[in-house]
Amino acid sequence: MNRRDALARVALLMSGTIIGADLFLSSCSSPASKEQKAALLDPGKKAPSTPFLNASQIGFLDEVGETILPTTSTPGAKAAQVGSFMAVMVRDCYTPANQKIFLDGLTQLEQRSQKRYNQGFMALNAAQRTALLTALDAEQNALTAHQRPDAPSHYFRMMKQLTLLGYFTSEVGATKALRYQLVPGRYNGNIPYKKGDKTWATT
Amino acid sequence: MDENENKPKGAANINAGGKQQNTYDAIVVGSGISGGWAAKELCEKGLKTLVLERGRNVEHIKDYPTATKHIWEFPHRLSNTKQFVAENPVLSKCYAVDESTEHFFVKDAEHPYEQKRPFDWIRGYQVGGKSLTWARWTQRWSEVDFESNLKEGIAVDWPIRYKDLAPWYSYVERFAGISGNRDGLSQVPDGEFLKPMEMMKIEKHLKRKIEKQFPGRKLIMSRTANLSEPINGRGPCQYRNLCNRGCPFSGYFSSNAATLPAAKATGNLTLRPHSVVHSIIYDDQKQRAVGVRVIDALTNEATEYFSKVIFINGSTLNTTLIMLNSTSARFPNGLGNDSGELGHNLMDHNYNGSISGIFEGFEDKYYYGRRPTGTYLPRFRNFGNDKRTDYLRGFAYAVISDRQGWNRLINEVPLGAELKSQLTEPGVWSTTLVGMGECLPSHDNKVALSKTQKDQWGIPQLEIDASFGKNEHAMMKDILASGAEMLEAAGFKNIKPKDSGNAMGLGIHEMGTARMGRDSKTSVLNGNNQVWGAENVFVTDGAAMTSGACQNPSLTYMALTARAADFAVRELKKQNI
Repeated sequence: MNRRDALARVALLMSGTIIGADLFLSSCSSPASKEQKAALLDPGKKAPSTPFLNASQIGFLDEVGETILPTTSTPGAKAAQVGSFMAVMVRDCYTPANQKIFLDGLTQLEQRSQKRYNQGFMALNAAQRTALLTALDAEQNALTAHQRPDAPSHYFRMMKQLTLLGYFTSEVGATKALRYQLVPGRYNGNIPYKKGDKTWATT
Repeated sequence: MDENENKPKGAANINAGGKQQNTYDAIVVGSGISGGWAAKELCEKGLKTLVLERGRNVEHIKDYPTATKHIWEFPHRLSNTKQFVAENPVLSKCYAVDESTEHFFVKDAEHPYEQKRPFDWIRGYQVGGKSLTWARWTQRWSEVDFESNLKEGIAVDWPIRYKDLAPWYSYVERFAGISGNRDGLSQVPDGEFLKPMEMMKIEKHLKRKIEKQFPGRKLIMSRTANLSEPINGRGPCQYRNLCNRGCPFSGYFSSNAATLPAAKATGNLTLRPHSVVHSIIYDDQKQRAVGVRVIDALTNEATEYFSKVIFINGSTLNTTLIMLNSTSARFPNGLGNDSGELGHNLMDHNYNGSISGIFEGFEDKYYYGRRPTGTYLPRFRNFGNDKRTDYLRGFAYAVISDRQGWNRLINEVPLGAELKSQLTEPGVWSTTLVGMGECLPSHDNKVALSKTQKDQWGIPQLEIDASFGKNEHAMMKDILASGAEMLEAAGFKNIKPKDSGNAMGLGIHEMGTARMGRDSKTSVLNGNNQVWGAENVFVTDGAAMTSGACQNPSLTYMALTARAADFAVRELKKQNI
């Protein structure tokens, strides 16, 4: 990444208008406590290498992701395996506090489903899933709008962000839903754009 | 050989191969931007040259393991893990460090240093140094930059002027390959440019508005060491914008791609990686430097190498560390340190201020390819008739524009097909101005050898004691206000100025600590970058800077190095050194 791009992106991130790798960089960069640092630096205290989420949790998150970014004329988030991606990111990049919010969120989301529909999220049809998550999205938007930037995020904001990041940087997301070119070969700063033309996957 | 008290452990075993075998015409310490140039110039002038690099070898292309990887091949899609951040609290602050580049940076634990005041020291220990990961912006410094100290009574006068360096700027530009436009601006003089990269519509709009409403201000394409045309068998740039991983197309200037291969082609180059330089050997009888003490980073074995001329290009702070650690009867306080200025006057650039905004319009425009550079708004303050009373010197802006991509969060858009559809199309144009402020040289911003802590090779650790001062803080206010004012005048919305408040160091433009000057009583180097009192030793990296300007400094290091190498070889032939 170009140095000034990176700086520019960080600046944008601060304004809260952008998400993506930098956001996770920032959640990764939250100053770790002395205890956390000690735990990380002491191999004896390292977290076990067992998967952070089990297969059913990953399957659950695949469906949450698919509801946020569904299969349309292009593959959806499930095809990009966003559940597995979330498991890796939450394990490796989230602070313990954010990990807890995320994990508790899995339970809370399931409880919401039970309360509203008397069945678990996995048993809901697509319309019910969308309605449930839309309500959660409104909730996280409202919370985010009124809290300090460094206050803990709503669990659904985490799931939404990870879905977007995981999907649009995946092979199917980057190459099918967006335009991707590893080696453009030339530069044209002014090509025509018409509504419907896709975004470049990488900057 | 002088019996110097300051010898590495194990020095009794030195030079099993004999002195002759370890003798060269020239030694270059470091293989980054300036070391690579020293190697090329000295080798091409016929000197058998030993290049000592403390890190591992990095062979061009072959050792760029991530260069052609897709984003989805990185498990965290480039994010640093929390373990990496916890283990590298300093390094992880660097904008360029991510999953695709971290192998080109020094991990915090690998070479600790002491911070008396917070200073983030970002380093690249490998063949090529930080030339692999640099930002490649290459504006020339100008007449005003070399005169300001004298005119304002700050620090000491530069012993050279722009005209001394101008031909050498041309010389290095012709080889390195610098894309840019000839803009006719005296604060960033024109050079030998490859064709400029194209401005986007939003940039042309901003340029027109700024130049019309703010006389004296200009928006230009940044002069950049990315090859818009092939040159010397390298490039052209493929517009991948993945430069920091190393370029398999040799599309930008690095030591690995450009100067070291040129040096090697002469048959005069010996490159020795894993060679940590402990100190320069000064012979009190001969009254000259005769070689360097090296510790092998892998075996810890100490060896001495000898030469007629030595270039120290260890990257500012390590150059000064070596000099401070080079004590002798003649120089008890470090090589060339008669003035007491060695280690003092540390500068960086202040990149903490940025102003972002969005622009509604030009929805029918987009771009193809990823241009690896941006636009540049050269210094306008305290220049010409634009005088400030609240601070000295000036700043430039890096001006970065693009259309927002999928990574914008559209809160109001319903989840599902609608969100997906909207995010697959680009959003509005957005622009960010990043201030690049000059930092005044101050005697109080300094480095010294730690009296208690040593590194893993038994060399004292560096103790850094520096921070931005009053002038930098006053300038920051203007950086934020002026940037916002210009975006507003150009019709941008949602304008947000931001001061990151970072400590010094993250500009990664360490300068000073062995400054050039006109007098050995107040400086460490003379006008030819020779160390006062050890005239066969040259320092041509950032340590030599007498002031910092607000332009990116690497091109100036290249020019100073080529100039000093030319001088050194002429002096050698005259037997003056």
